[in-house]
Amino acid sequence: MNLILIFISAAIINNFVLAYFLGICPFVGVSKQISSAVSMGLAVTFVMTIAAAVTWLIYHLILVPFNVQILEYVAFILVIASLVQLVEMFIRKVSKPLYDTLGIYLPLITTNCAILGLALFAELRDYDFMESLAFGVGAGAGFTLALVIMAGIREELELARVPRHFQGAAITMIVAASLALAFMGFAGLLSI
Amino acid sequence: MAKQSVSLSREFGKGLWAENPVLVSLLGLCPTLAVTNSAINGLAMGLATTFVVVSSGIIISSFRKLIPHQVRIAGYIVIIATFVTLADRYLAAFYPDISKALGPYVPLIVVNCIILGRQEAFASKHHPGRAALDALGMGVGFIAVLFVLGSIRELLGSGSILSFQVLGDWWTPWMVMILPPGAFLTLGLLIGLSNWINEKRATA
Repeated sequence: MNLILIFISAAIINNFVLAYFLGICPFVGVSKQISSAVSMGLAVTFVMTIAAAVTWLIYHLILVPFNVQILEYVAFILVIASLVQLVEMFIRKVSKPLYDTLGIYLPLITTNCAILGLALFAELRDYDFMESLAFGVGAGAGFTLALVIMAGIREELELARVPRHFQGAAITMIVAASLALAFMGFAGLLSI
Repeated sequence: MAKQSVSLSREFGKGLWAENPVLVSLLGLCPTLAVTNSAINGLAMGLATTFVVVSSGIIISSFRKLIPHQVRIAGYIVIIATFVTLADRYLAAFYPDISKALGPYVPLIVVNCIILGRQEAFASKHHPGRAALDALGMGVGFIAVLFVLGSIRELLGSGSILSFQVLGDWWTPWMVMILPPGAFLTLGLLIGLSNWINEKRATA
């Protein structure tokens, strides 16, 4: 039950993009079309789930026993960077179609702050292994949800007459503001 | 020599407006949006980021001939993460309140694209002095945006700036401005405004 709560909380109530502002760069950059938004969302969810598990193991099996939590940031970012590389090679070997779908989005994930944010939040909230995993899947689902909704709106926005100076990034931010406002309505859904 | 000094001041100045990391390049949006619910938080985040971008810029440009090309990104990230750890420990030791308010967004400076972007685009190709100036310009540009954004949101959201009550009792705080939607809205309007100013200046 606790796991489901963590999942729903990470996916909807405390949405990574709209409440924590993590992963804004791909949110602005890759939300022009629904199809690429779905690919990006899948890639991020995939890496997030693995990263949640691996960083938990690194933190609790290596950093804590040796009492070197101060190296946490260096360790996490290195693990995430090599993990993304590894996942990329693995997918290319195992499933060519999936690799072609994810394409250039995989390497971009290294600099996606949502992944490092996930590891830091999981550690901050003292999640156990299964909870971290649920948190990772939920955060990924929330990221995908926000990205796909945004892409849907932006596809329609192509047809709208936006004031000249607000075209591009500015109007995207303002649309995101109304999305964030809508997601705030979920705040009372659960109390954790 | 005169030519040299002109271009040095340009190196510093471009980050302030023409190539402003937030308003023009749209880099580092996560901290920009997340910590600007008050002016002081924005200022602290801007200073911490500037410290990291300047010091890692100096180190990386000094070692630019030693770092092998293939592993440069990993190398940069380790150097950046080291300085971020320093900044994080410093804030936690001397400004515990701010450190608590910023929370995990201080360690997240590691993945701030402004920093890696400047190392890749500039510090890895130039002398340390020039790299430091470039980084300083970008940092100051970043601080300026964060401070303006934080001030606007704090003023409308709680009627104060830097915790000094500016607006009187008649002001009903717009709570939404210090919540996430206010961040997106204010940044969107600021980007639109900067586009407008740029066009005015180009035609003037």
